[in-house]
Amino acid sequence: MTMLSADALLEVRGLQTWFPIRSGVLRRVRGAVRAVDGVDLTVYPGETLALVGESGCGKTTVGRTLLRLVEATGGNIWFGGVNLARLSRDAFRPFRQKMQIVMQDPGAALDPRLTVRDAIAEGMDAFGLGANTEERTQRVADLMRRVSLDPELMWRYPHEFSGGQRQRISIARALAVEPVLLICDEATSALDVSIQAQILNLLGELKAERKLTYLFITHDLGVVRYFADRVAVMYLGRIVELGRTERVFAEPAHPYTKALLASIPSLDPARRGVKPMALGDVPSPIHPPSGCHFHPRCAQRLATCSRYDPPVVPLRDGMSRCVLTPDAGDNQPDRADITMAAASPKPYSAEVTAEQRP
Amino acid sequence: MSTPLLAVENLVLTFPGEGGRIAVVDKVSLAIGRGETLALVGESGCGKSLTALAIMRLLPKPGRIEASSRIEFDGRNLLELSVPEMRSIRGGAIGMIFQEPMTSLNPVTSVGQQVLEAVLLHEKVSRRAARERVIELFQMVGIPDARTRFGAYPHQLSGGLKQRVMIATAMAMRPRLLIADEPTTALDATIRAQILELLRQLSSTTGTAVLLITHDFGVVNEIADRVAVMYAGMIVEEGTRRDLLCQPRHPYAQGLLKSIPRPEARGGRLEEIKGVVPRPGRWPPACRFAPRCPSAFDRCGAELPHRTLVSPSQGAWCHLVEYEVHA
Amino acid sequence: MLVVLLLAGGVWLARVVSRDRYWRENASQLWRRRPIALITLALFVGIGLMDSIGWVGGGTPGDDDVAALRSRTLIDRLFQPERFTEASYSAPLASVSFYGAQPLNHPGKHLLGTDILGRDVVYRTAKGVRVALLIGGFTSLIVIPIALLFGVSAGYFGARIDDAVFFLMTVLASVPSLLLLIALVMVMGRGTLQVCVALGITGWVHFCRIARGETLKLREAEFVDAARALGVSDLTIIRRHVLPNIAHLIIITFALSFTGLVLAETILSYLGIGLEGSWGQMIDQARNELSRTPIIWWNLAGASLGLFALVLAVNMIADALRDIIDPRTRREGQ
Repeated sequence: MTMLSADALLEVRGLQTWFPIRSGVLRRVRGAVRAVDGVDLTVYPGETLALVGESGCGKTTVGRTLLRLVEATGGNIWFGGVNLARLSRDAFRPFRQKMQIVMQDPGAALDPRLTVRDAIAEGMDAFGLGANTEERTQRVADLMRRVSLDPELMWRYPHEFSGGQRQRISIARALAVEPVLLICDEATSALDVSIQAQILNLLGELKAERKLTYLFITHDLGVVRYFADRVAVMYLGRIVELGRTERVFAEPAHPYTKALLASIPSLDPARRGVKPMALGDVPSPIHPPSGCHFHPRCAQRLATCSRYDPPVVPLRDGMSRCVLTPDAGDNQPDRADITMAAASPKPYSAEVTAEQRP
Repeated sequence: MSTPLLAVENLVLTFPGEGGRIAVVDKVSLAIGRGETLALVGESGCGKSLTALAIMRLLPKPGRIEASSRIEFDGRNLLELSVPEMRSIRGGAIGMIFQEPMTSLNPVTSVGQQVLEAVLLHEKVSRRAARERVIELFQMVGIPDARTRFGAYPHQLSGGLKQRVMIATAMAMRPRLLIADEPTTALDATIRAQILELLRQLSSTTGTAVLLITHDFGVVNEIADRVAVMYAGMIVEEGTRRDLLCQPRHPYAQGLLKSIPRPEARGGRLEEIKGVVPRPGRWPPACRFAPRCPSAFDRCGAELPHRTLVSPSQGAWCHLVEYEVHA
Repeated sequence: MLVVLLLAGGVWLARVVSRDRYWRENASQLWRRRPIALITLALFVGIGLMDSIGWVGGGTPGDDDVAALRSRTLIDRLFQPERFTEASYSAPLASVSFYGAQPLNHPGKHLLGTDILGRDVVYRTAKGVRVALLIGGFTSLIVIPIALLFGVSAGYFGARIDDAVFFLMTVLASVPSLLLLIALVMVMGRGTLQVCVALGITGWVHFCRIARGETLKLREAEFVDAARALGVSDLTIIRRHVLPNIAHLIIITFALSFTGLVLAETILSYLGIGLEGSWGQMIDQARNELSRTPIIWWNLAGASLGLFALVLAVNMIADALRDIIDPRTRREGQ
């Protein structure tokens, strides 16, 4: 069990984001999409924590919930000693400066009607950084130079730039407010491989220079293996495994992690033929399977897997949410201590709260 | 070597642009043997998708295949065929699957119905016989509960299943060539593995040749026999899978492979290819990669390189390689 | 007075356009594609302006006191209707009156003849320009802010505001607009302002729906999320991101509905409750004239020509605007 640590930058406990499904004339709530269904995460300063999973696993929603672009329906988010989940929107606003996001689609993330200069300066305007317009423009120029863009181009519009350049603009925009945590939501997924290398290098440099912490959300395991310090694997709203990158890749504990790693095609001509290990398709987050969400596709499932929620098995460097997890070492608590929770934990709030959007 | 199934020679595709027509694909030649899988690899904007569309003569309207081009399929020049003849080849002897299974299927008709129509378009059989054939196809591509799934609508199927339906449609007429344009890019990793396995299996059991368009070398390693790398409208290197993955000779291919994040690179920088891909119409005068090439020298800016055979199976379009080979 | 407002609006628009490179390019493209339509529109606007500048005094000696105190516009002074009239009908370019073949005061000078009161038809058509432009322009000035206010709030804030606005829109849309229009004019009276307001009340729903739809789309846009993450307040987001991105649509909708408004006023005039001196009124008069033998057609011709030219010019400009704006955004993604 990951413990509440004093030196953590961000601590997430039991995060839940359920989207109500309304149907019928009276728009009654019929059910919910359990996008994030009880997520525990700790992010330490200066690290790169990767959040991986396939589509529908909820990783993007985790990022958006942390930034309160959608409202959590349950759980706590501790940042610098404050529980962000309990703050009103106004009280939360100053914290926005500390956490920023770089999004996947560089074309959609920039307003086509704003010049690059205005786009990058937007955060500065909102938080009152920089004494006057000239100073802000100067800072924009500095930022652009830092991300290898010619400051002369600041009066151009986004559509005049390539995808890679637009992503640099997005990065500059996020850096303008001087955050400590940067959430990269599939920030390199839409880029060509050679551009991705440029952006990853840039992100690496910036992290060292500005002492940033990254929450790197992606589905690309190759990037994770190169870039991340620790990895959290998500499946249908839950984290199924967490640990140091080298360990997770070398000795995955959870069957889903094993299936995911097995599906990466290798670049070694001698090693060909990925044998898919996960059968069937990803189920819908509206009706997740009972007990362990992964059990219908798991080659190693037991009878208990469909009946009880899998226990969170602590490992030396993280956790794994599977009943079959092998013991990780000496400081492993006795198996008997691990209690099996009944299926479907009670949500934090009894009923699903009102619509997510403002 | 026996005559290739598909032989593209000097394909030139132009689009209208500033000051006349601009070439977006410039003298591309490639050949695919029977039952062989050729991967056409490149980044966005290199022209690989347009090449595939041109082979099917589905190039979007303002584009034009220039007269100097030649596309020979099974002995016939596709560019000389009449429209009805080409139509019977499309979906018949040549099948095509696209990247986005979400948008390629009609949302208001059941998937079985759509494949059925494709079958009926090419074969004169009764509806019942065609229906059976569709169910058989669904089973062949690994769709569980094929008979029930016949009546399913696209929105009820996952991305992986939709792609299987697309593959079924493309394979319906037992094509000799399958053109797959980024078939797994939009799919999740675990599903991607399944689809790649399926494609490999189909290709070996039915003997269908495959032209695979992709940007992912991992996919290339999984199912390709031979590889051709495109940059700015032309092929810069070609060879077997092993050739390209182990000993790429063209600086762009080398740079591309080195940019792929690998665990060994942890903690350090990835190799970058500086700069951006030039747009059609703004191509450098001679070697298109020269401005970004770490090994460029004066000849590279003066003369377009020809093909240098590095080995019987591998060729590169590069002056440096030419010197290395002839030295 | 209304004209001053409109002029102010026009000048402000021109300033905004000239400052923003995007709109400058649009404007120059528009000029390239539809120069004739733009010139025609400019001509109309010119006539309308001339008809708006009027002052008292400088009349001919011999006018009675009442006439001398009436404010006369540039158009009035140009045509000098008091002296240019005939007794009654006369055909275009005729030298004798239509009935009775009496010699005219100004033979051959009336390009489109004269109407029942002997007024020159070209003069009357010119007077109608101002009315038409006012209807289209001023009504839009009322409609656009209301529609934007309701539509953007409904689209952006959603939930109850959206429900309320939607309810309001549906109620208004379920009443036949023509009946509502007639009722409003009957209640408020027949002045220019009143008719514009009535047209505004019946017309804002269309705009509003479009604004709401676009705002809904924009609300989900990634750059709006990014702005929110950057701490930008909702109102600023609306001002900086939503409004500029729906501006193009509003312009196109405005240009297209302009003609609808002018024609709506024509219908009102046909029912006898339109504006004084409008083309609709001329057409209304033509009703009787057409049933005479021989037909008196020039009144109708004048009004129709004016309507046709204005509607055609505005429509062509709107169409060209739409072509310019839409494919650009599509092309940019190439």
